Amino acid sequence: MLWFLLLKNSKMTAFICTRFAQSILVLFIMSLLVFGGVNLVGDPVEMLINPEADQAEVERVIRELGLDRPVTEQYWYFLVNAFKGDLGSSFIFGEPALKLIIQRMPATLELALFSLFISLIIAIPLGIYAGYNPDSKASKVIMAGSILGFSMPTFWVGIIFIMIFAVQLGWLPSTGRGEIGTFMGINSSLFTLNGLSHVFLPALNLALFKISSVIRLTRAGTREIILQDYITFARSKGISEKRVVLIHVLKNILIPIVTVVGLEFGSLIAFSTVTETVFAWPGMGKLIIDSIYNLDRPVIVAYLMIIVTFFVFLNLIVDIIYTFLDPRVRIKGDHQ
Amino acid sequence: MNPKLRKFIEFCKDFSSNKVALVAFFIFLLILFVAIFAPLVSPTDPYDLNTVSIMNSRLPPFSEDFSGNYFLLGTDGAGRDIVSAIFYGLRVSLGVGVLSGIFALIIGSFFGISAAFFGGRYESLIMRIVDIQLSFPSILVALIILAAFGKGVEKTIIALILVQWAYYARTARSSALVEINKEYVDAARCLAFGNTRIMFKHILPNCMAPLIVVGTLQTAHAISLEATLSFLGLGLPITEPSLGLLIGNGFEYMYSGDFWISIFPGVALLITVASINLVGDHLRDMFNPRLH
Repeated sequence: MLWFLLLKNSKMTAFICTRFAQSILVLFIMSLLVFGGVNLVGDPVEMLINPEADQAEVERVIRELGLDRPVTEQYWYFLVNAFKGDLGSSFIFGEPALKLIIQRMPATLELALFSLFISLIIAIPLGIYAGYNPDSKASKVIMAGSILGFSMPTFWVGIIFIMIFAVQLGWLPSTGRGEIGTFMGINSSLFTLNGLSHVFLPALNLALFKISSVIRLTRAGTREIILQDYITFARSKGISEKRVVLIHVLKNILIPIVTVVGLEFGSLIAFSTVTETVFAWPGMGKLIIDSIYNLDRPVIVAYLMIIVTFFVFLNLIVDIIYTFLDPRVRIKGDHQ
Repeated sequence: MNPKLRKFIEFCKDFSSNKVALVAFFIFLLILFVAIFAPLVSPTDPYDLNTVSIMNSRLPPFSEDFSGNYFLLGTDGAGRDIVSAIFYGLRVSLGVGVLSGIFALIIGSFFGISAAFFGGRYESLIMRIVDIQLSFPSILVALIILAAFGKGVEKTIIALILVQWAYYARTARSSALVEINKEYVDAARCLAFGNTRIMFKHILPNCMAPLIVVGTLQTAHAISLEATLSFLGLGLPITEPSLGLLIGNGFEYMYSGDFWISIFPGVALLITVASINLVGDHLRDMFNPRLH
């Protein structure tokens, strides 16, 4: 059916093609920026070779890593190999960078998913309450709390969590991923109790920022929706307030929330670099920070390219879905 | 009375209607004062090696050393007074945050207003770049710059400018689009004023209100982001100890229970960011015509 729509509407096809071309262009510019930048910083040879190595040894390693060739040539090889799915090998681990990143991806994804879950479960009820009783004391506390949540630096809250729940109270572990269970062929620490206890603190920490924004979004949506005619109509039919809120308000509020949250999932993955570093969570985020410390160029470049590709295509998909859902987006000069 | 002065007094009255925002504003002024006059108000100079003694390392809050120096919030691993370290740290954090904010404001409003003014392909190009950049989370943009080019003061500021300019550009463009259709712009055109003059002497002043709102909120965000990057070891070098670095330094002592080394700089950061956010939030409500 999608194909049919595309054929029928050449304007839409053109739109998607332009956006696709733009995405490729963005990726190309990013690859230039990232590759160029990374190769201007530091000297990996100094880090890799033991200081007592003789000149011949140094030269051998430089040749092996391709560092003796001009940067433009290195970049060309990088591009060609990237198309083959080869983003180079880590200087430190000696393994393909892509493999290293993919190995750590599940840990990051499970952290992000779990924290998304926590933020929705906490924020939606609070947001509906605050939107439904905008003038009550509790709502004011909730809104003040959400500003505080916006202002709190994530990494610092993580440190406080560790101090309170891990060091002082000793309730929850503060580092690592814990035991990993297997369910339906998926390995995740969400499937064991020990693993859950490990994921809880980092996920809550990562969720904090999201909780604040979802509370604000839900509250604004609720305030708008309770003024709508269909809510008045539902009330006049004699439906209980509880049902009005739980069915009519909740249902209509979920549409904008799901859209925004879907988009923001990407930002959870980006912000997980911070949380993973604080909680020593063995995900992609910790890998990139460690690689930056170690000047592990191939991993830095590979990570940045993978995450940029991920975001570019996430946005492309969202754009395309929007055009199908809302034809107004297609109209030229869509910035107004 | 001078109409400008009257307008200003009215604005002040309007602003004071929200007590929380008013208190937040005075707290921010106090922080600003401390940051600017850090060398004068700090009990000690935390980076003067003659006065800092390693013998005083990791003293808890409210303690005194043998020569009678009092440490209200304790000392860090190198024996530096935490209060003084925070005062000096505020200086760095606020400096970097505000400086990057001002540059981003200038660059962003230049591109935003010129996009609205000239329109056409130029506008599409600029706004496309803005859209693409805003589709990346701020931390990722900063991470790309700092991972690719390494850490340092000017690189951190560049990263923060890059993170912020798109917000200013978008705001400036949308308010400039409204202004351009007003009569005074037509009048200025009839007088054959140059494009630059119309854009920056006539249109820009009328776009300032929303830009200031975005400016306060973005500055708070920039300060917070800089702290995060410095904590991760990607932002400022150790020669410029911002609040984020202080928190990071304290992190290693966390597990031995020496909470004060990273908690108090964090509280200072939180108060700074929250007070700016509260002021910005109230300003946004004030300038938002839909709420009146």
